[in-house]
Amino acid sequence: MSTTPAFERARSEGRAALIGYLPAGFPDVPGAVDALHVMVDAGCDVIEIGLPYSDPVMDGPTIQAAAQQALDAGCRTTDVLRTVEAVAATGTPTLVMTYWNPVERYGVERFAADLASAGGAGLITPDITPDAGEAWIAAADAHDLDKVFLVAPSSTDERVAMTTAASRGFVYATAVMGVTGARTTTSDLAGPLVTRARALQPKDAHLPVGVGLGVSNGDQAAVVAAYADGVIVGSAFVRTLLDAGTDRAAGLAALRTLTEDLAAGVRRGDAGGA
Amino acid sequence: MTSTSRYDADERGYFGEGGQWGGRFMPEALVAALDELTSAWTEAMADPSFIGEFEAILRDYANVPSALYEATRLSEQVGCRVLLKREDLNHTGAHKIRNVLGQALLTKRMGKKRVIAETGAGQHGVASATAAAYLGLDCTVYMGAVDTKRQALNVARMQLLGAEVVAVDTGSGTLKDAINEAFRDWVSSVDHTAYLFGTAAGPHPFPTMVREFCRGIGDEARAQVLERYGRLPDAIAACVGGGSNAIGLFAGFLDDEEVAIWGFEPGGDGVETGRHAATITAGGSGVLHGARTYLLQDEDGQTVESHSISAGLDYPGVGPQHSHLAHIGRARYAPVTDAAAMEAMALLARTEGIICAIESAHAVSGALDVARELAATKGPDAIVLINLSGRGDKDMGTAIEWFGLGDAQKDVEA
Repeated sequence: MSTTPAFERARSEGRAALIGYLPAGFPDVPGAVDALHVMVDAGCDVIEIGLPYSDPVMDGPTIQAAAQQALDAGCRTTDVLRTVEAVAATGTPTLVMTYWNPVERYGVERFAADLASAGGAGLITPDITPDAGEAWIAAADAHDLDKVFLVAPSSTDERVAMTTAASRGFVYATAVMGVTGARTTTSDLAGPLVTRARALQPKDAHLPVGVGLGVSNGDQAAVVAAYADGVIVGSAFVRTLLDAGTDRAAGLAALRTLTEDLAAGVRRGDAGGA
Repeated sequence: MTSTSRYDADERGYFGEGGQWGGRFMPEALVAALDELTSAWTEAMADPSFIGEFEAILRDYANVPSALYEATRLSEQVGCRVLLKREDLNHTGAHKIRNVLGQALLTKRMGKKRVIAETGAGQHGVASATAAAYLGLDCTVYMGAVDTKRQALNVARMQLLGAEVVAVDTGSGTLKDAINEAFRDWVSSVDHTAYLFGTAAGPHPFPTMVREFCRGIGDEARAQVLERYGRLPDAIAACVGGGSNAIGLFAGFLDDEEVAIWGFEPGGDGVETGRHAATITAGGSGVLHGARTYLLQDEDGQTVESHSISAGLDYPGVGPQHSHLAHIGRARYAPVTDAAAMEAMALLARTEGIICAIESAHAVSGALDVARELAATKGPDAIVLINLSGRGDKDMGTAIEWFGLGDAQKDVEA
């Protein structure tokens, strides 16, 4: 599996892809599967499933709270893989976003094998860079999985070139210097970073560039979609479920509305404005 | 003053053959800052004016070099020479001042105006606030919410020194979560802020840089012992939480293969109870806070909460060079329980008139066992050197509770 066909389809439709994130096990394991199915159904082109981790240094308070809730309820690595299987069965490319230690503990090769057999498309790795990720790169290549590494506004040109060369599927451009979390305005650092990620990647790689961190509504998605190949949304989905509390049906309805708004946004491109 | 030792990391920060330990497992957003820090630090350490300024500040402001003291009554009890490296007499009461003055001086050299720090017991936070005040830098200290309650006095000290103290209530609300929050701050403030990391852990270059700023402990002690006794000690000992005081001491002796090196870990209620912070003794290899090292984790690689009576040792990871030294057997690591550490604290107080930090009491307890063995095999001229990393004023609340002190009518049990 790979995310490539999803990006190609979006490109052929003249729009950006919508990439939606939710941690596994939040609000509980079956609840996350239900929520992810709604996100697929309402227009996400690619799904990222977070692996809840005790020390999520790149996440803001919203995702931290969701991950903690999942861990407190006993969510295990094997639950994450089962969640991948349930979502990938829809045919929508499904990635896992994870901090490194749970993968190392599970066994890098074993994780790659089990992710591939669950139908997963690959990994997004926020706390390893390609130069610290030799073991993952080897395992991903052996199991035909996407390797989504991150670039940041602070990355040198040399590192953007190195990172895009090592990535498969897409490269994740962090639009702001900061942790995850919904923001009221989109960043002016994102556009130049996307331009660099395109210009500095290997010739003929055609590696899509996804932009993450901060998008929370269709208008913001439209702004980002005007210059990026993918719009990544995480905290806004999590926030929607947190706000709904124990009313699961209301949470799923709100999630559908938000997904539809974002899906419309990536289809309008920059016509919307923030 | 930069060392070259066969035990050093390679240029990417990996210790050991095949790069098993250390490294830099970090978000790309921080890589540029870590690269900038690495080159600024490397240049500074090669600049005699930087080294000269660092040494002058340590001497005139921090009371360094610290004294080496032969604990004569304690020596009589165990049967051989017990030496104490008196880091407890440094300004702010611990070895930590060496590291923060080094890093804060580097911050000024790099043209940054703000420092952030994490703290467990508050010692590194107080030292950071002190260095920031001394050098005119803004300072924010992240401290676990649980620890702000356990160490309210240190919170007040930091505030009096002009620092902002932020209580972190995510996760377990302790040191590891304070580190997470400091990293989160740093990701968004890195262009004008330096992260004064408090121990010889974390991503490259911190394990090596912190060791080099602390290595005066070992270099001074080695020269002091040689001058006074004409030979090296038989064994050296330090407590190990993250391991900055230990690696600073060990750095002076690593290449003296005849010197036995001991690190004493917080054994809490006993390693067998599961309530401890003996990372090397009972942990496994993993990645935490940017380095591959021994850590306390569950089957899924989730960090397990640590426990120690000493907040300064209450950390589920350890500096990667310690993992390397343990793995190859150059240094030995053993646990000391809360009870044994408290007993050693009382013993040192009554025998030598020195109230040490509970952290350091772990080293005293473990080292006295080593000294008794050495006395039996090598006789009274054997020398054991202990790094007394900090003083115990901050721990009086714990001591009052543990020993039932404070009632003038009552005899103290210990």
